[in-house]
Amino acid sequence: MVRPGTTTGLGAVGAEPRGDARAPGTWRGTEFRRVWRALTADPMGRTGLVLFVLVVTMAVAGPLLFPFNAAAISNSAAGVLQPPSARHWLGTDELGRDLFAEFLSAAHVSLVVGLAATAISMVLGASIGTAAGFYGRWADTVLMRITDFFLVLPQLPLVIALAAFFGQNLWIIILVIGMTGWATTARIVRSQTLSLRERQFVTRVRSLGAPNLRILRVHILPNVMPLIFANTVLVIGGAILAEATLSFLGLGDPVQVSWGTMLHFAFESGAIGRGAWWFFIPPGVGIVVVVLAFTLTGHAIDQALNPRLRSSR
Amino acid sequence: MSRLRYLVRKTVWLAVTLYFVITFNFVLFHLLPGNPVRLLARSGHLTPQAVADITRVYGLNHPPPVQYLIYLRDLLHGQLGISYTYREPVSRLLGQYLGNTILLLAAATVLTIVLGVLTGVIAANRRGGGYDSATVTASVIGWSLPTFWTGLILAFLLGVWLHAFPIFGMETPNAVYTSQFQRIEDIGAHLFLPTLTLVIVNIAQFVLVARASVIEVLAEDFMLTATAKGLLPRRILWRHAVRNAMLPVVTASALLISLVVGGAIEVETVFSWPGMGLLVYNSVLNRDYPVIEAAFLVFAIVVLLVNFASDLLYQALDPRVREA
Repeated sequence: MVRPGTTTGLGAVGAEPRGDARAPGTWRGTEFRRVWRALTADPMGRTGLVLFVLVVTMAVAGPLLFPFNAAAISNSAAGVLQPPSARHWLGTDELGRDLFAEFLSAAHVSLVVGLAATAISMVLGASIGTAAGFYGRWADTVLMRITDFFLVLPQLPLVIALAAFFGQNLWIIILVIGMTGWATTARIVRSQTLSLRERQFVTRVRSLGAPNLRILRVHILPNVMPLIFANTVLVIGGAILAEATLSFLGLGDPVQVSWGTMLHFAFESGAIGRGAWWFFIPPGVGIVVVVLAFTLTGHAIDQALNPRLRSSR
Repeated sequence: MSRLRYLVRKTVWLAVTLYFVITFNFVLFHLLPGNPVRLLARSGHLTPQAVADITRVYGLNHPPPVQYLIYLRDLLHGQLGISYTYREPVSRLLGQYLGNTILLLAAATVLTIVLGVLTGVIAANRRGGGYDSATVTASVIGWSLPTFWTGLILAFLLGVWLHAFPIFGMETPNAVYTSQFQRIEDIGAHLFLPTLTLVIVNIAQFVLVARASVIEVLAEDFMLTATAKGLLPRRILWRHAVRNAMLPVVTASALLISLVVGGAIEVETVFSWPGMGLLVYNSVLNRDYPVIEAAFLVFAIVVLLVNFASDLLYQALDPRVREA
């Protein structure tokens, strides 16, 4: 049962061979230290961490320092699509509004959508994954068929159709992205649960008569948590991209301007043909930096916490 | 025998999934959102007579199960409703646009796979070198690029700034061609930037998959045997390693289609390529629900069929799957 070199992905391997009946430690100090090491030792993780801090600071402090006034429209053509100047650091948009303030407030919206949609995906993916892996049999078959179904459906056309039907509201967009992005998580969580279910410490508490729900709560869930956490960070990037795409296609919330919405208006107002680079370059760079931040940190965390990846390193 | 069983199993799964997609579509777009009559009329001011007429024409007076059967029957006859904006049957619209999208998808997919595999194999062969780490970095950045924004930037740089490539449509408007070849050349020039965008955005995973797979094969014992036999390193790499490393690439190709289909919507919007994606974009702006719904169905079916084909290909390539 004990293979040298493999880890449980959760806590030290050393605890297993002695047949310790307790669950291996989960979010103990070692986990945090391992994540921190992975983030700081690897150049990619370091870059991701720096970008992450930068983006979060910008999205949180930016709108407070430079509040965006969506109603401050220029009343003359001279104020529209102006290149960067001392007064407007990033120029003005097609209505003559300050693009710097708009950029910062859009950062906030993009991040909020990404985080909230990911939260929904994670709850769905984690519950479906653990339920399928833990209960097995027909529950597993049914849940995994549904998961496969969502895995093969092309996400973007589905999200477009849903958003077009249910309306242009930030909460609906969050819901739609969240409800279509959980399938990969469910698969990952299921396979981890499957392997945990057969571990000694679980079979022992089961033979001691522990009820299913307690085994799930006390022994399984804490042990899949690190994996879910690593996956979460990776999924956020995808959710932010999905929101940007939806908004670019004109399905964004018209009141809550995100980077994707900005690019939609840049495109529709012909900023590309007019060479108004200050309008369409910053929001795109913003998206790339945010997604990069989450992908790089997520990757480093995944390397540290995902048992499969770790043993192959 | 087992080969037949595999085929039957996959076909059944395909049929079940198709059926689910169709039913899902029905539940979502015909049962859930409020009152379809309101949606159709947009303005709320309708005479009771008009409401009754619309209800009858669209079969809304029947109970949902009957509506479902009518929906299935219409679908089998290729009737997908009438577009609100084009005032044409949706099936005819799809027929006009689908071909252009398939041209774009085919160009982008083939180029992505070929270039991706080549880059990945070379990266694996020079593992640990500067070329290798550059590939990994570029892949991660490529993954983070939004498809539509990459298209906008390319349109700006190569189209607006350098005037190197057209950025609008599929053919030069009002162009008079002296030969068929000239027309193909024109379409090719218009095809360049949309294809390039899709390749840049999607090639990353291909490079990574091919690289990882080749690295794994290179560590196998038979590679050592091949070297010991005195085969040329180039022959070992391309004939022995790459061949055995192709299975994950087949899987990745199936996943690629799903991404490229989504990417096509973005790219066609940016470059006004007259395909399904542009149709979807215009329909979204006009809230042309029958078109949006039908487009989703077509995209889903295309992806399902490609996945099915890749399953069959996988089985043909890998004897282990055949036995399982």
